[in-house]
Amino acid sequence: MAAPDALVSTSDPGESQWFAPFSAQRLLVLTGLGMILAGMIFGDIFAVFILHQNASRVGRSLTSAANAALGGDVAGVNSSFAGVGQFLENRGTKVDTHVHLIGYGFLGMMLAIVQPWIALSEQAQRRLAWLFVAGGVVLPIGVFLIHYVGLAYSPLSAIGWASIVADAGGALVMIATAGYLYGLAKHFRTSKRPPIHDPLLSTQTTSTRLLLAGGLLLVLLGFLHGAYYAGADLYPHEAADYHLLSQMSAGAAAQNRAQVDQALADYGQLQGEKAVNIAAHAHFAEFGILAMLLGLFQPYVSLREVWKRRWAAVLLLGSALLPVCVLLEIKFGLLAGGLADLGGLLVIVAGLGMWIGILRYTGSLDVATVRSQ
Amino acid sequence: MSSAKRVLLFGGIGLALLGMTYGLWYAVFAEHQALDGIGTSLANSFSAAAHGDQARSSQTMEQYREAKYRYDRQVDAHGHWIGLAMVLIVLGIGFDGVHFSARQRLVLAWLLLSGAVLFPLGVLLQTVSHGSGPRVLAVLGSALLIVSLGAAVAGFLRRPAAA
Repeated sequence: MAAPDALVSTSDPGESQWFAPFSAQRLLVLTGLGMILAGMIFGDIFAVFILHQNASRVGRSLTSAANAALGGDVAGVNSSFAGVGQFLENRGTKVDTHVHLIGYGFLGMMLAIVQPWIALSEQAQRRLAWLFVAGGVVLPIGVFLIHYVGLAYSPLSAIGWASIVADAGGALVMIATAGYLYGLAKHFRTSKRPPIHDPLLSTQTTSTRLLLAGGLLLVLLGFLHGAYYAGADLYPHEAADYHLLSQMSAGAAAQNRAQVDQALADYGQLQGEKAVNIAAHAHFAEFGILAMLLGLFQPYVSLREVWKRRWAAVLLLGSALLPVCVLLEIKFGLLAGGLADLGGLLVIVAGLGMWIGILRYTGSLDVATVRSQ
Repeated sequence: MSSAKRVLLFGGIGLALLGMTYGLWYAVFAEHQALDGIGTSLANSFSAAAHGDQARSSQTMEQYREAKYRYDRQVDAHGHWIGLAMVLIVLGIGFDGVHFSARQRLVLAWLLLSGAVLFPLGVLLQTVSHGSGPRVLAVLGSALLIVSLGAAVAGFLRRPAAA
């Protein structure tokens, strides 16, 4: 086994004053990437155990609404639509938890990059970073709990405690971000500002180039797919959505069960097609931005160059595999679904590998600091 | 900081602020009404069908179609403005890795920013007019983005010119 020093990249940017122990930049990088990984793991669990089951419940509720209409049961129609609302809330809050964890992770990593340009005291930067992390964790937890807590013991008639906690978390993130924006503006307002040299942005490694180019290519692929979908499928899908729902209600009014059943079956298929296209488009873009951000942080990933390139390749492979296989789910079903989950797993493992690399870098910095004292 | 980086970073931050401001306004003043409109019109259509009233069922279903059309585009514009703003900011930070001349990079930065503003704007304007103008704007914006993103990828992959 190689000695620890041999594992460290030769492109080590050297000691960075911005990345010191307990610094805001270090906290934001480690927690930002941690939030992204947590959001992706949650997304994988959600996709495997909740998403499909929930979609079929929504489908069943719509079926029972159509059947109630067919039987002339107005109360049944209304109660079925209330059920649809419940299932959509359950699904919506899970998606929001996943999206906000990842979104705040991206924001945390971007804020880490601009730390050298924030004209605030070290203590203020650290406090804002803790505020950001607190809000970034509280909001997704609050959103997740909305469906389960409901309006229990709430002082308000329409908003429950979980929503209040989530909003408070969002407010903390906004305060922290506004604080950093103020610090950034202060820096650029200073006429005699000192030149800032951050090794993070001036050190370019092969893995940096690979991730920046690969990430941007993923964003481009997502955009191309989105453009194709908008041009070829969006309007036909919108027309089909209206047409099938009209067929259902018209069939129910005319007591035509065969027409209602056919429309229901086609509607389920249509919703599946729409969902995979939107998911593929969103994941191409999301993984592209993640790859680009991780590309910028490569100088701080304390691993051998060859391992940095391997993790970068694994991340890009998983990032392409997931959306492509999601698109193939309509044709190939569970096989493609399983491969898509594998793609997600590859991204998580590669992200974790890089996170550990950054953690190793913090360790080597801390040892150097202790030795110099 | 180079001019191209400045266009991407400040343009990206501005675009993110525009997207968030629009999203906040939409969430507070329009979204709940829009979702209510979608849900109520759909439920009313099925209730009318249960009463055997096909004309009213069709009429409320038409309301559903219009409400859903507007809602999808309003949410899409918000999401795309913020998503594209993030791409511009991250790209701006790493733009030194795009190996083109300073002038070419500046042109590329302006193309990216123009596409990122125009494409969601075209989508949003479709809620105001069903004519071809907004669609042309959205197609133009997305074409600008596709061409400039492709050029940026090529720039990253290109070897730096010898000093």
